Amino acid sequence: MQNFQAAFANALQMLRAGDPLLMESVVLSLQVSLTAVLLAGLVGFLVGAVLAMTRFPGRQFISVLLNALMGLPPVVVGLAVYMLLSRSGPLGAWGLLFSPEAMIIAQWVLITPLIAALSKQVFEELYAEYSELLKSLGANKRVVLATLMWEGRLSLTVVLLAGFGRAISEVGAVLIVGGNIVHHTRVMTTAIALETAKGNLSIALALGIILIFLACLVNALISVSNLYLNRFSG
Amino acid sequence: MDHRIVNPTLMPLTVNGLSLIRNQRQLLSDISFTLNNEQVSVVLGANGAGKTLLLKLCHGLIQPSKGEISWGEKDPKQIAEKQAMVFQRPVLLKRSAADNINYVLKLKGFDKRQRQQKMQQCLELTGLTHLKNRPARVLSGGEQQRLALARAWAIQPEVLFLDEITANLDPSATALVEQLIELFAASGVKIIMTTHDLNQAKRLADEVLFLHQGRLLEHNSAKPFFEAAEQPAAKAFVRGELLW
Repeated sequence: MQNFQAAFANALQMLRAGDPLLMESVVLSLQVSLTAVLLAGLVGFLVGAVLAMTRFPGRQFISVLLNALMGLPPVVVGLAVYMLLSRSGPLGAWGLLFSPEAMIIAQWVLITPLIAALSKQVFEELYAEYSELLKSLGANKRVVLATLMWEGRLSLTVVLLAGFGRAISEVGAVLIVGGNIVHHTRVMTTAIALETAKGNLSIALALGIILIFLACLVNALISVSNLYLNRFSG
Repeated sequence: MDHRIVNPTLMPLTVNGLSLIRNQRQLLSDISFTLNNEQVSVVLGANGAGKTLLLKLCHGLIQPSKGEISWGEKDPKQIAEKQAMVFQRPVLLKRSAADNINYVLKLKGFDKRQRQQKMQQCLELTGLTHLKNRPARVLSGGEQQRLALARAWAIQPEVLFLDEITANLDPSATALVEQLIELFAASGVKIIMTTHDLNQAKRLADEVLFLHQGRLLEHNSAKPFFEAAEQPAAKAFVRGELLW
């Protein structure tokens, strides 16, 4: 318990001082995960919308697959991306292994199915409500998609936040493809794992506090947007 | 009201041998009729008679299993442009009342100045000016349905399909909506509406299409229909008996 208190005090000290090594990993974490979420949103929303609005053979299969992939274990994603990007792998020529880009790819793979599956449900509800009106007005596919995205803006934001929460807190995938290299690919979660193993509990704890704070922030944002959503959806 | 319909080209509407089968159930069977510019055509019948489906088929929202629908106008783009529909449950976007109207005006390619002007007119016409900045989906049922009418009116249709639009409204809200329907009809818009409300049909109809269990049993001008319907089911309906 003594240890814990000392570590906690030390952690607060480091946070207050804005320890550069600490901040570096926080900034990299945010950069990697936010980029992954944005890219996953681009693809995930499109896949979700297409699955919700069209009927084609295999659609059901893809939906089931996406639902299953929502629970992908991060280490397995890390392993798969590692094999793809390693020198002898099919994408080895890109030379991306152990870089922040590789971490973005891994997190993108991890959360795109989640965003696609969740946004599909959002789009399905919206489409059921608005498809006849939009058809009656003669709206083309692009207008339909833009309208549904705007009408579902709050729910879709919640979907993105859920993806972000999963990305920022995972450790397995970024550890494998990033390598936890100091000043280069060390993010909060991998730093916590490493510093704990080395016995530097205060650094680990300081990072842990920031991570928890970010996780709470994301959850708070989800709750607030849900409140907002309920108030204005009539 | 500035947009009186001049030189309508969409009517007549001719429906020939229309059938709709879904999941092996015959929902509409062999329906044929021609509607002219007589102003208000009311599709009358009990719940489940197939009124809504008939309207959606005519408007092109669903495809028939058999039969044809043709208009006086032959250009498919024009056909689609010149009609609008208001649904039983008003479908409003999650934005202000004004923005709901603005949305369709934008979709139809009006410029900003025209949009502003038309939006004001539509809100005024439907008595919603004071509510224009409210979120549309928190308006009362009657206000929502008037907004849906204002939105349909904004695109200046020649033909307006109204699907049981007062079914969920109380008498005073219904009266306001009916006033609007009469106003639209008087300005030259062809109204094709469904209702299960006999009294509403009597108030508004110029002609009646009586639908029963997916079949068109009678198609007649309002006066002879209400005074001397021929088919037993139609007679019973006019007498106010319950039909199954």
